[in-house]
Amino acid sequence: MPAEEFHEWLRREGRIVVVGASLAGLRAAETLRAEGFAGSLTMIGDEPYQPYDRPPLSKAVLLGKASPDHTELPRRRDIDATWRLGVAATGLDLAAKRVRLADGDEVPYDRLLIATGVRARPWPKEEEAQLDGVFVLRTRDDAVRLHRRLKAAPRRVFVIGAGFTGSEIASACRDQGIAVSVAERADGPLVGALGGVIGAVAAELHRDNGVDLRTGVMVTGLEGDSVGRVRAAHLSDGSVVETDVVVVSLGATRNTDWLTGSGLGAGPRGIACDAGCRAFDFRGIVTDDVFVAGDVARSPHPLFGYQFLSLEHWGNAVAQAEVAAHNMISPSSDRRPHMWVPAFWSSQFGVNIKSIGVPSMGDEIMITQGSLAERRFVGVYGYQGRIIAAVSFDNTRWLEFYERQIEMGAPFPVEYPTVDRRPEGRKPVPADFPDPSLPTHGPTVTLSGYSPSDRRLVFTPARH
Amino acid sequence: MPMRLVVDLNKCQGYAQCAFLAPDVFTMHGEETLVYSPWADEEQREKVARAVAACPVQAITADGLDGAGDRSTGAAQGASDAR
Ligand SMILES: Cc1cc2nc3c(=O)[nH]c(=O)nc-3n(C[C@H](O)[C@H](O)[C@H](O)COP(=O)(O)OP(=O)(O)OC[C@H]3O[C@@H](n4cnc5c(N)ncnc54)[C@H](O)[C@@H]3O)c2cc1C
Ligand code: SF4
Repeated sequence: MPAEEFHEWLRREGRIVVVGASLAGLRAAETLRAEGFAGSLTMIGDEPYQPYDRPPLSKAVLLGKASPDHTELPRRRDIDATWRLGVAATGLDLAAKRVRLADGDEVPYDRLLIATGVRARPWPKEEEAQLDGVFVLRTRDDAVRLHRRLKAAPRRVFVIGAGFTGSEIASACRDQGIAVSVAERADGPLVGALGGVIGAVAAELHRDNGVDLRTGVMVTGLEGDSVGRVRAAHLSDGSVVETDVVVVSLGATRNTDWLTGSGLGAGPRGIACDAGCRAFDFRGIVTDDVFVAGDVARSPHPLFGYQFLSLEHWGNAVAQAEVAAHNMISPSSDRRPHMWVPAFWSSQFGVNIKSIGVPSMGDEIMITQGSLAERRFVGVYGYQGRIIAAVSFDNTRWLEFYERQIEMGAPFPVEYPTVDRRPEGRKPVPADFPDPSLPTHGPTVTLSGYSPSDRRLVFTPARH
Repeated sequence: MPMRLVVDLNKCQGYAQCAFLAPDVFTMHGEETLVYSPWADEEQREKVARAVAACPVQAITADGLDGAGDRSTGAAQGASDAR
């Protein structure tokens, strides 16, 4: 069949299967229908719930503004889908174009979208992770459990890892008057994502809000009592903190295990795809019927030297899903690249933190608006003479301007006169990111090589 | 049926129009942080509709309310869509 005819047929009566029924999966499904896809649509999700939103789970929910089991996403339109919820996809047969399900069923497709996201990395010592009172926070079920425990007035909450989620949890606890300790291996919170200059501001934010913040330390063990409840955390500096709740916030692992042996270029860092969201197979050859979107994807970005970016960003999941859906039902001349400029927000301790671009690529930072001391500022990151990213604390209205600067490849250090003329704004300083070869749990953006061919042509099953 | 809603906080500029118009659903936390309830009771519909319309950057999407773009069929199908 000629390409044009094929796409007409596909739009009319093709079969599209979406694995992962969350933000990216839902928005892709809506886009497919909005663009006129009239064939059959199957949504496969291992969680037994309609698609829900995760960011409120560490914010509004813990602040008592929302219920943990009611963050379902609103619908942009009817998607007329067959929902297979509560059942995981367990395998993929690329040649036969079928997805295998945990209940033994097989679902055939003409186009497949993989949007299986990530899961929370658990505490690595399994026995300790099983202790009553030890939590992670990724899913609605996690949120229900943690929320219930926080409402029962714990004596202390101990957070392992001061990335965005860990910091937000600490913030919510303080808001509710709960005593909190936070342990972080780096020198400050958010260092992996935003660097040491901003990490120092975040550290003050924690301490001024009464968090017992311990940086430059590792948690060496969790101790349980005789009935299996957690009672203390042991740290690498020899200290012991008594606690009855531990929240493990050590970042996330890509949900790609189910693709082991499928022949797709999928591993612990995600599924490599091209700028049009088409998945690569493990040989680095692009497929034309398997697409990827959201947290599970790694895709090359022209603005960032074609590096493959893995983004755990809400906005990326939405934008990439829309591009993937469009491309799934379009002939190649009508396809679009996913060129969204990474954007992220977090709110903690009443401060609105936003970033645009890829801060962790920056080697220098310059404060261009406001001041670090007031915790109200914009910091601009530079890389090889151009602006690569910006971060704002309670200064969101400037980010749009910097987004355009990043898109234009504007020079760094910035030359225009800054609105605020304070000493710290005058010159760039090292952004102070940790050695990238050391694993941190903070970064929400990971740079992982220049092309899929950087990866050795050996299939590595997910093991961490 | 209660309404589901979500705010694209990348877009949100924290100008608080929504918090003024539907204070039971949207509240400001600190200088410019918006905290909202993703699940609003039916009796909030009028107020939420006003907030959706007033948001200068069209950051709010709610079932059955036209926030940004082609949201014509949202709420009506919201329920029948479920499985
Ligand atoms: C607590 C928390 C706070 C956050 N806060 C922010 C924030 O402030 N700002 C921001 O930009 N981002 C934030 N995020 C990130 C944001 O929620 C994610 O980027 C977004 O959820 C990604 O959507 P996704 O659809 O790609 O993946 P996910 O939401 O992870 O969805 C993937 C789905 O696929 C399912 N699945 C996995 N494997 C299988 C399988 N084999 N078969 C079937 N189904 C499967 C999963 O169970 C899940 O339901 C936060 C995330 C969390 C957890
Ligand atoms: S009206 Fe819109 S921009 Fe203003 S705070 Fe509400 S959501 Fe944000």
